[in-house]
Amino acid sequence: MLRLLQLELQKLWLNKASKVLIIISFILPFTVLILSSIKINFFGFFTLELGELGIFNFPIIWHITTFFAAQFKFFFAIVVVSMVGNEYSNKTLKQNLIDGLSKKEFILSKFYTIVFFSLCATILIGLATLLIGLYYSSHTEIAIIFREVNFLLAYFVKLVGFFSLCLFLGMLLKRSAFALGFLFLLFVSESIIYGIMRWKLASETADSIHDFFPLQSMWNLINQPIQRIVMTKFPDKAEMMYDFAVHWYEIAIVLGWTALFIFLSYQLLKKRDL
Amino acid sequence: MEPILTINNLTKKFGYLTAVKNLTFTINKGNVYGILGPNGSGKSTTLGIVLNVVNKTQGDFHWFDGNTTTHDALKHVGAIIERPNFYAYMTAEQNLKLVCKIKGVNHSKIDEKLAIVGLLDRKNHKFRTYSLGMKQRLAIASALLNDPEILILDEPTNGLDPQGIHQIRQIIKDIAATGTTILLASHLLDEVEKVCTHVVVLRKGEKLYAGRVDEMINSHGFFELKADKQDELLGLLEMSSNFGKVKIEGELITAFLEEPMSASEFNKLMFEKGIILSHLVKRKESLEEQFLQLTDNQAN
Repeated sequence: MLRLLQLELQKLWLNKASKVLIIISFILPFTVLILSSIKINFFGFFTLELGELGIFNFPIIWHITTFFAAQFKFFFAIVVVSMVGNEYSNKTLKQNLIDGLSKKEFILSKFYTIVFFSLCATILIGLATLLIGLYYSSHTEIAIIFREVNFLLAYFVKLVGFFSLCLFLGMLLKRSAFALGFLFLLFVSESIIYGIMRWKLASETADSIHDFFPLQSMWNLINQPIQRIVMTKFPDKAEMMYDFAVHWYEIAIVLGWTALFIFLSYQLLKKRDL
Repeated sequence: MEPILTINNLTKKFGYLTAVKNLTFTINKGNVYGILGPNGSGKSTTLGIVLNVVNKTQGDFHWFDGNTTTHDALKHVGAIIERPNFYAYMTAEQNLKLVCKIKGVNHSKIDEKLAIVGLLDRKNHKFRTYSLGMKQRLAIASALLNDPEILILDEPTNGLDPQGIHQIRQIIKDIAATGTTILLASHLLDEVEKVCTHVVVLRKGEKLYAGRVDEMINSHGFFELKADKQDELLGLLEMSSNFGKVKIEGELITAFLEEPMSASEFNKLMFEKGIILSHLVKRKESLEEQFLQLTDNQAN
């Protein structure tokens, strides 16, 4: 396992483009996180301090940081798609197999890299959140600090699921640009199909089918936190209540998709003549 | 003899096209084999199948004694296919380290193999800065990293300049001299003739011949002749039962032998008949002529 991971990390790390993208995908969320946590003085007119809004309080901070950090996953998605696309266009995939890597090992080395990256991202976000939270939060009891730490698990699963989808699209289409285009197409078509279902079916049926769609299921893992922030300001408005928690079945659906994407990638490679 | 690769009734279809048809042959240890055939005759497809990158349609093949899986067997095989495939942004050494990791061998061999192909002084240069000849030599170094039992080369001199071709052929000969079995696919007849001891001839995915290069055709060779009395010479040749076909190209007469006869014997005979030859060469058909003869026979 370590051998396969080392193999892929060497391929990525020595490539300037993917190195830059990986660094960006780690640094950018942090910069945003840190910038938002400092006091910004707008030329003496007013000071903006997001910490004042209470968004850095435990336990809501777990929800907020994981949600916003997840929006930066697109950078690593480009890396995933190109690490497959390049192997096809440079024919190094063929050479790897001839050199004695099995098709299974090839897919696994990509998958391990995805898991490894997601794990690093999760740990870093976890640490950063803990530190910022400890600095700003008005509640510092252990029980409250770690109450919604399961958002980290959701974040990890969300990353692994999304990158597995990218891996599969890369394997399917062999070209990075096509794969990214297809990802966008998938995003649009999920909305269109949802729209049609809302129109033809009962809204509850449509919603529950929609929750099984790949991108929607990943989105569901960490619901948008804006409404929750507003809720904390107006606790008496009952109509604003929504279910933002991480549920086991949401995680199960995404893990199911992940397994399917990896399995299909392997089957594609097995069937294909290179 | 110890078999290294055994292929039985192998067939590959790409849709309606049959790229390899019912192919059977065996590669034994210690010989230099050539797979010879025009472009599109199924050479690369056959190699692709045994190297696990192309799926077979029918038939089977096995490496060594048949008890190793293809995946494990490939760790004892070195192969390069068509054009060198490496990571352009890595240096030669980094590329070879990656291959070492795939094959599960120690990094210590890298310098030794780079020296064999004469790239040691360029090992820290990026692959993209290499010329085609250097890329091809790096590919050979990479294929040698695991000290393979068999080295498979698919069109190794394709697209190289004469100097590059010469270098590659010399490297192949040097490797063959160490006792490594070599399988060389090529559409260049003289390449196979110069390098190989055994040959498998393919045409449209079918095997036309498999065996030693020098036994490819039962032939006694031919004489190339010139004489002042050309007409008399022609008359004699046509009367003689020793000769079959006779070809005339300008002044040069080519007479094909039906039974063995040495050049001096023939010279003596002509002298007795009063014909003085100004040119006499006895030759065997080159592989090229044999190859064309083989493929012609099949076409008819």
